[in-house]
Amino acid sequence: MTAQGIENKGASSGNFKQNLSGRYNLDRVFATAAWAATIVSVLVLVWLLFTILKDGLGTINWNFFTAFPSRKPEQAGIKPAFFGTLWLMAVVAATSFPIGVGAAIYLEEFATDNWFSRLVEINIGNLAGVPSIIYGLLGLAVFKRIMGPITGGNSVLSGGLTLSLLILPVIIVATREALRAVPNSIRLAGFALGANKWQVVWNHVLPSAMPGVLTGVILALSRAIGETAPLIAIGAVAFIRSTPSSLQSPFTAMPIQIYNWVGRPQAEFHQIAASGIIVLMVMLLLMNTIAIYFRNRFQQTR
Amino acid sequence: MTAELPLNDIAPGTWKPNRGRSETIQLIIKIICGAFATISILTTIGIIGTLIFEAFSFFGNLPSELSKDSEQVSYMQGVIHFLTAGRWTPLFASKQFGIFVLISATLMITFISILVALPLGLLAAICLSEYASPKIRKVLKPVLEILAGVPTVVYGYFALLTVTPFLKTFFPVEGFNSLSAGIVLGIMITPMVASLSEDAIYSVPQSLRDGAYALGGTKRETVWSVVLPAALSGIVSSLILATSRAIGETMIVTLAAGANPTLGFNPFVPVMTMTAYIVQVTKGDAPHGTIAYQTLYAVGITLFLITLALNIFSFWFVRRFRQKYD
Repeated sequence: MTAQGIENKGASSGNFKQNLSGRYNLDRVFATAAWAATIVSVLVLVWLLFTILKDGLGTINWNFFTAFPSRKPEQAGIKPAFFGTLWLMAVVAATSFPIGVGAAIYLEEFATDNWFSRLVEINIGNLAGVPSIIYGLLGLAVFKRIMGPITGGNSVLSGGLTLSLLILPVIIVATREALRAVPNSIRLAGFALGANKWQVVWNHVLPSAMPGVLTGVILALSRAIGETAPLIAIGAVAFIRSTPSSLQSPFTAMPIQIYNWVGRPQAEFHQIAASGIIVLMVMLLLMNTIAIYFRNRFQQTR
Repeated sequence: MTAELPLNDIAPGTWKPNRGRSETIQLIIKIICGAFATISILTTIGIIGTLIFEAFSFFGNLPSELSKDSEQVSYMQGVIHFLTAGRWTPLFASKQFGIFVLISATLMITFISILVALPLGLLAAICLSEYASPKIRKVLKPVLEILAGVPTVVYGYFALLTVTPFLKTFFPVEGFNSLSAGIVLGIMITPMVASLSEDAIYSVPQSLRDGAYALGGTKRETVWSVVLPAALSGIVSSLILATSRAIGETMIVTLAAGANPTLGFNPFVPVMTMTAYIVQVTKGDAPHGTIAYQTLYAVGITLFLITLALNIFSFWFVRRFRQKYD
């Protein structure tokens, strides 16, 4: 309200109304709306978890873990998908952990502020915003087709490398934050004793940043195992009657299997899809618990 | 009696530690780590390179795909067809490549999702930073983080098998529809809007709030006319990032919105988004070199450019309009 407005409407004519009760009523409406929005978000989560538990708990049994996919829903199981996801996680962890941490160490500890480090930084910011299915198209062209003779085409290795590229920006950002949180006095003490940069990083900075790094890596991994779209794009199929035996084996993964079952018309398949979701969510919950454990330890030591 | 210094046979200034080996190791490590950092650049080059290369072969083959016996189609006409044609049927006998059909579906679903995520996310952010006590905040933030960590295929299940039947009791929706996909997509991006906006609101200095209270403002007036405008750049940028995320999201729209490329903005009928098309083609087998394979990358580059533009716009917006308080 402008000064002009106040003069015209109230103060000069002597009947300026604070209207406090009305304004407080509006306050209450606004506060209610804010709380309602928050509660709705929580309720949606409860609703989602409830429907999945209601649909899926009944069909989880031993057979579900040990059986292969089948045309008959009551005989179908997630064995290949479960092992496929474990294989994928191994490939993703083995590639993205050293590469991501190495790149972060370079950017945080070694690089001076030159065009190269700035280019890499802008790059990482942009890569984090690229839709995951685009990474799938990259994997399809590069890992499945061009590098097909090495990776074996539609294989665990192709899928794992694609997911690695997807989560690299996340790992790099998390690692850099963990490195930045290490007090500079530790580095200076190391230098004062005559150690060079790498010795300081390897013996002092990295060990004290490790809990933070591991938190970031585990959270990134948990994002990778929930990803479906890039794996479909490189051609992972759900109907496989074997578990992977090598890096070049064809594979399926939990999200792919769930997607396949959800997409079928029969309600029985929807039930086992919900069971698959429960297993996947329990895996994610476990990983998140480990990550939170590391984070708490990290915060205590600092 | 003075203690005799050891090593007094070394003249001052001649002690030379042998650092050759550790320096070499450091150099090797530095090169390896630098190479790892380069991988991020190679990824970008790889993405842009493959998208451009295959998209160019698509536009190169487009005229011959469109040409009939009677008329020849030029390269430019092919590009214009791609941008303006009203049908998307690359897998049929009579092929049409109107990308706008896919873009319109993507835009409609994204619009619905923003309609859900903007009020929910922004109000939740205000609630968390202004109304909730630290104790409640400590409980609510992890809940939002869990919502953000749910795999998208789970949201797809939720949209197709829970929300669509629920909507059927109110609206004449079909089994696949963009309304349900849009709502669930909105729920998916709500935590992102909420946590980014909350950061922006939280960083508004307390002195501004105190100033507004001192002028006689109520809590709502303070939040609405002082805190929110001060945090506007962060809020807008969180919305843009969430939009870009919604546009690129795949599993929810593939499962819940269907695979029926139709032009139009009816939220009750099945549609096909850009991402859903990519899934449909890659799920089957599209051999390299076919027009179906190349359309993947034509759609992919369109999607990439849209999300890239939004991301860059968001960064620019924050930098341009950020209020700085000290």
